[in-house]
Amino acid sequence: MSEHDHDHTPIANRDEPAAALRARALEELLVQKGVLRPQEIRAGIDWLVSRTPADGARLVARAWVEPEFKRRLLADARSAALELGLDPGPSPVVVALENTETVHHMIVCTLCSCYPRALLGPPPAWYKSLPYRSRAVSDARGVLAEFGLRIGDDVEVRVVDSTADIRYLVIPRRPRGTDDLSEVQLAALVTRDSMIGVAQPAAPALA
Amino acid sequence: MTYRVGEPVAVAGRAHSGHHRTPSYIKGKTGRIERVHALFRNPETRAYGDDGLPEVPLYLVSFARSELWPDARDVAEHRVFVDVFEHWLEDAK
Amino acid sequence: MVRGVHDRGGLRTDEPIDRSEHALEDWEVLTDALAGALARRGLVNVDELRRGIESIPPAEYERASYYERWLLSIETILSEKGVLAAGELDRRAAG
Repeated sequence: MSEHDHDHTPIANRDEPAAALRARALEELLVQKGVLRPQEIRAGIDWLVSRTPADGARLVARAWVEPEFKRRLLADARSAALELGLDPGPSPVVVALENTETVHHMIVCTLCSCYPRALLGPPPAWYKSLPYRSRAVSDARGVLAEFGLRIGDDVEVRVVDSTADIRYLVIPRRPRGTDDLSEVQLAALVTRDSMIGVAQPAAPALA
Repeated sequence: MTYRVGEPVAVAGRAHSGHHRTPSYIKGKTGRIERVHALFRNPETRAYGDDGLPEVPLYLVSFARSELWPDARDVAEHRVFVDVFEHWLEDAK
Repeated sequence: MVRGVHDRGGLRTDEPIDRSEHALEDWEVLTDALAGALARRGLVNVDELRRGIESIPPAEYERASYYERWLLSIETILSEKGVLAAGELDRRAAG
């Protein structure tokens, strides 16, 4: 983040969108008016840039190796995250949904872009896009196919539309051939997209 | 909490002016209670600066794709799960 | 059934899902952080932010980028509450 000066109006940069100028102007106004302090804005920025899917992946990997943890994760993902020293974010309820042989989950927020950011980092642009928001609920298998994921007819696809303040994430199925992997190695296979439900986790690398 | 897991339930078909979190594609449709969540402050009033009290029960309700989009006959089946506030739910006919 | 411009579930669309990755720009992270700080201060709660976004005229909603909508909403809500004067953000942004 570049340094900025609160003594004068923001300098226009021809290469950046008008919105960038407005965002900085808004920041300056709010600080100047004493509505917000620079430190709290900085703290917010630091928190946002610290969020990554690695946190969610740790939850999944632990669930894969420890059935009792998985039970706790399914019962209350927020508490399970705290158990691992992770920040579950401001949402009062976080729900983990398990993919199985017969059920595949996929998450969307058709009304805006609700997403478990604390555990997965910022949502991908496509998740917030209008076509994903429109088609995920009405053409789930078509959308999954576009992502390269074909789900058999014998598997129920469940699309979860996060319309309230509950945040959902998917526990993908553990890939085959991973019995010998450590928890850390397993976590490395768990991708952001597999926790949204539009992809499977990565396959283990050949030894 | 009025409804229980497994119960069929209908979503009100009423129009609503102003902020609300019931997507139009489920309005007037029938589904099934999948989870009984906790109570939450009402976003419909919080959106206008109110404190959102009293809290309202929230449910996870599932719908068949064919119930929501009956005309899409050649599209494979799936279920859609939506968090719905109790004041948008009615007994299924 | 009349639906708000934000209510996208089930709409027919030919627009492809662009799956390319886009790192957030600095101003987008800043906007998100401003919204979070305003929420913690009780000045713009998440429901007000959403309501502000939903009140964006449809053509503008569809044209605007994701965080542009947040900026528009924050301005709407803060103007309602008298934290920002009408046109004040425009004037500051114009320099």
